[in-house]
Amino acid sequence: MPHRLLKFAFRSTVPRMFREPERLKDGYDVVIIGGGGHGLSAAYYLARDHGIRDIAVLEKGYLGGGNTARNTTIIRSNYLTPEGVKFYDASLALWAGLSEEFDFNLFYSQRGHFTLAHSDADLRTARWRAEVNKHFGVRSEVVDAAFVKKRVPQIDLACGGHSPIVGALYHEPGAIARHDAVAWGYARGADSNGVEIHQNTEVLGLDVRDGAVAGVRTSRGHISTKRVLCAVAGSTPRILKLIDLDSPLVIHPLQAMVSEPLKPWLDPIIVSSSLHAYVSQSARGELVMGASLDPQELHSTRSTLDFAEGLAAHMLDLFPFLSEVKVNRQWAGMADMTPDFAPIMGLTPCEGFFLDAGWGTWGFKATPISGKTMAQTVATGTPHPLITSFSLERFARLELTGEKGAASVGH
Amino acid sequence: MKIIHCPLNGPRPLLEFVSAGEVRNAPDPDACSDAEWTAYLFNRASVPGVKREWWCHTPSGYWFIAERDTASDEILATYDAAELPARAGA
Repeated sequence: MPHRLLKFAFRSTVPRMFREPERLKDGYDVVIIGGGGHGLSAAYYLARDHGIRDIAVLEKGYLGGGNTARNTTIIRSNYLTPEGVKFYDASLALWAGLSEEFDFNLFYSQRGHFTLAHSDADLRTARWRAEVNKHFGVRSEVVDAAFVKKRVPQIDLACGGHSPIVGALYHEPGAIARHDAVAWGYARGADSNGVEIHQNTEVLGLDVRDGAVAGVRTSRGHISTKRVLCAVAGSTPRILKLIDLDSPLVIHPLQAMVSEPLKPWLDPIIVSSSLHAYVSQSARGELVMGASLDPQELHSTRSTLDFAEGLAAHMLDLFPFLSEVKVNRQWAGMADMTPDFAPIMGLTPCEGFFLDAGWGTWGFKATPISGKTMAQTVATGTPHPLITSFSLERFARLELTGEKGAASVGH
Repeated sequence: MKIIHCPLNGPRPLLEFVSAGEVRNAPDPDACSDAEWTAYLFNRASVPGVKREWWCHTPSGYWFIAERDTASDEILATYDAAELPARAGA
């Protein structure tokens, strides 16, 4: 080794992204279960905006190894309900500044987002969404097939003749980002504000006394705390079981796959609910493709050939020239689905136990705003105004927040 | 492709089946409280484990019961719904 490099070998290094504390303390102000985007984002805003820095984020596996790095990275706010549109649009406003905030490139890339319509019924939903969106100042419009063809010349507007494209909902702010970097960025931001991040730390039990949280039992020892935020997506039912709390969540695998890297050709994000397919091209040229949920409940991240076959067939309906392109990888995440396709956020009947769940197939885009609103909710003990329609007790009151029409594909 | 053993039609590919979720008993709507009713409507036992589920072989329109492990996706038994009271009681 050249001698001039030796000084670097012996120099004590600062952690590149975040520290890894060797042991848990006996107690924390707030314990966050789940070291994905949502948990880390809540930790970051708790520390930065509310001065609560005595926080432990507990992650069973490795940081961002769950749904944060298993989604298809699409960011948009063209939802259907006023509550949803306002919530996700507040998220978009935060997204744009994150790379600067963390001094870390999230590859946030605004592309424009097409939801293709193949029927009059599709166009009707597109029109409905566009009008709700415009009412809240969100840029969405119904466009004709010629507009789609102009932005994406490679598309087959006839879809092989059996499912012609008749128009689309176009959402200009639609964007993609590098998803694992989002978890690392928030981890860096939280860590630099004093938050402790503990990986390989599994929650085994929750201590509840007189209806209030008193502590957390983990695979690395006991923690005393009066406030716990649960942000574990597909593992939520297992955590809720620890305190015997029922919920409407059902877990389904959501699969995705990427192609080999191609030269850049696809700028916007393309979604077709009728064909159960969505696709965008990542910064390194891979086509990131997804489809609808697996139809049965399953607590597993296994992949299936059925999925790859079905999705490939629909991709060729849209883009016949892809027939020679290879699929590089495929994977799955565990989506915690709710009956109304809106999340479950806020307080629970167990005092001090806060829930950030029900993120199904729509969680990634909400990462900044879920953290910000849950941070305020945990800090003040009162739900943030943006999330009152997402409470757990909405089901008992029969006040659902019907967001299914804005799901990316029919599930 | 995954094969499911239909009690009526024998081994058939998964694509021919749909599942309607766990076998559940509705509370008596005249006797239960509103809270019990909405809990029945919405809440689900979604911790992974072996569950009794309604499945339908769609080409023949035949409904039956499958016992499936929702962690491993393994189907442990399939039988006609008429056997349900005896099996569930056991």
